[in-house]
Amino acid sequence: MIGQLVVEGLAIGACYGLLAIAVVIIYKTSEVVNFAQGEMAMFSTFVAYHILLHYHYPFWLAFIITMVFAILLGVAIEFVFLRPAKEPTALGLIVLTLGAEMLLMGLAGWKWGAEQKYFEIPMAYNVTHEPIKGIIISDWAIGVFVVAAVLMTLLYLFFRYTRLGVAMKATQQNKNAAKIMGVRVERMFSLAWGLSSLMGAVAAMFFASRATLDTNFMMEPFLRAFAAAVLGGLMSIPGVLIGGELLGLIENFFGYVWPEWKPIVAFLVIVIVLCVRPSGLFAKHYVKKV
Amino acid sequence: MDMKREYYEDIELIGSGVVLFWSAVLLLFLFTLPLYVPNYHIYLLNVIIVHVILAVGLNILVGYTGQISLGHAGFFAIGAYGTVFLMTHFHVPFILALPLAAFIAAFFGFILGLPALRLEGPYLAIATLGFGLAIMHVIGTWDIFGGRMGLHAPPLDLGIPQMGFSWVLGSDVSMYYLILVIGIIMVVGAINLMKTRIGRAFVAIRDSDIAAEVMGVNLTIYKTLAFAVSAFYAGIAGGLFGFVCGFFDPFTFNMILSIIFLVMVVVGGLGSILGAIMGATLITYLQYDLLKNVSEAPYVGEFLTNISRKWFTVIGLENVGGIALGLIMIGIVIFEPLGMYGVWIRIKKYWMTWPF
Repeated sequence: MIGQLVVEGLAIGACYGLLAIAVVIIYKTSEVVNFAQGEMAMFSTFVAYHILLHYHYPFWLAFIITMVFAILLGVAIEFVFLRPAKEPTALGLIVLTLGAEMLLMGLAGWKWGAEQKYFEIPMAYNVTHEPIKGIIISDWAIGVFVVAAVLMTLLYLFFRYTRLGVAMKATQQNKNAAKIMGVRVERMFSLAWGLSSLMGAVAAMFFASRATLDTNFMMEPFLRAFAAAVLGGLMSIPGVLIGGELLGLIENFFGYVWPEWKPIVAFLVIVIVLCVRPSGLFAKHYVKKV
Repeated sequence: MDMKREYYEDIELIGSGVVLFWSAVLLLFLFTLPLYVPNYHIYLLNVIIVHVILAVGLNILVGYTGQISLGHAGFFAIGAYGTVFLMTHFHVPFILALPLAAFIAAFFGFILGLPALRLEGPYLAIATLGFGLAIMHVIGTWDIFGGRMGLHAPPLDLGIPQMGFSWVLGSDVSMYYLILVIGIIMVVGAINLMKTRIGRAFVAIRDSDIAAEVMGVNLTIYKTLAFAVSAFYAGIAGGLFGFVCGFFDPFTFNMILSIIFLVMVVVGGLGSILGAIMGATLITYLQYDLLKNVSEAPYVGEFLTNISRKWFTVIGLENVGGIALGLIMIGIVIFEPLGMYGVWIRIKKYWMTWPF
């Protein structure tokens, strides 16, 4: 039983981790907490749903088109909404991203209606294996682990070995110095939004295939992803993935003992972590500037 | 122009004869409003005043103290459920149940204010967002609160039925007067609060909490107090809202509602009571009237219906409201960060110094 809980917790935790990485990429680069993250991912998933339903493309083609769309969506939101805002305050940024969230939710509801839909990916949730006796693992969970591992490797290679990734890392460390070195910082912001939108869309496809697809199915996953990000410290990408796994485990064990109160675990984790160790479990201690 | 020469001028409620005159005109207008407004719009007016109370309270927290809350739907829900629960289960008369529920909400505000001592900006936004979701979930889970089925408000009895003295407000108009009186008390209370030592401490915390602490403002007390006061306002508003609607379920108090409350304050103008009132009025009107039946809206209604037939779905047309709110939020931050109050100040300045 415990093994089963661990496997499921790790699988859903990897999903939270992927979404949390999306939050962190934007936060690290432009110091914006993107409240529209979940809805950007939701919108991309709806695009995939639309392509599959109306054009009958094979899944992988639809997947690639959706990823391209997700990147364009992220870049467009940064370019159209965030760039014109001149020196917004912390509250202003929150209101901006919340506005983008309302906008995307409204558009999706207008286009696809409010009823719940089924979104299927090749890794089905109800196809299961039992490699070790007593531990059932679904195709979906295997898919999550494989995709998370592949994406983490790609991100690592991107930030380590490509010019673009290094420029982005430079922007994260010090914007002014990066500018002096010839990095176009604004372009890096757009790129970060595109990259993060892509990560979010992948995570959202897994969430949608596990439950159902509707306009606000990403709201609670977003809160949990943020809890995972807080656990990991909002600053390091591997730390955040570990935070996601931890949150998945905590939530699953908590949900096993008190199933009714499972949805408030994320909130408790956020409050406790922020009160006890605001810099997260894996980040270096940060000092607030006055 | 608006120069304050002595302390008394700074703290007096009504600064000049002009303000006094226009306040009196506004009050007279508000009290005679049911005479000129068709009956089905009274409901809208009631909702507007309830939202004004809430927005004024939220503005004390967001605009004056500089703390962000995305969980005010939670306090709103505590007010609504608390009032009805006290009345139906403990048979507390309404005039006691409403403030009691508001104090319960204030207590929760105090509790939420404790983690807020260590959090700021986006972290606080997320923590309060989680609080709102948690409250919604707790209420939806407990059968004693009607679970997912929701609750019906009992008849609104201003008297004390246990002592054989009963005064039932049945119509929307009589409820309008009750809500109006409570609303005026709350708004004047907020205006006065901001002119006291407490209000100035709030503003000092907003401008720089470290500087405020150095000046002797106790951050622990004042930050939690700001949360408690704001939650108290939300509780009162929620209690009244329950009776205005007559029926509510946990999903009424979802996260979108919290966002809309924040929009009211931001659109109206941060750090201004007048702004909060204007913002709440505008957003509630848009949401409950203009955008609700968007297909019947003048000029654009037909156009939008045609667009939805061609590109979108007609069933989803009501989502245009959400789109419009989103665009308003984004537009306000980009073009007019001071909100409607900023526009008002600019107009006032222009005309006061007119030929120059």
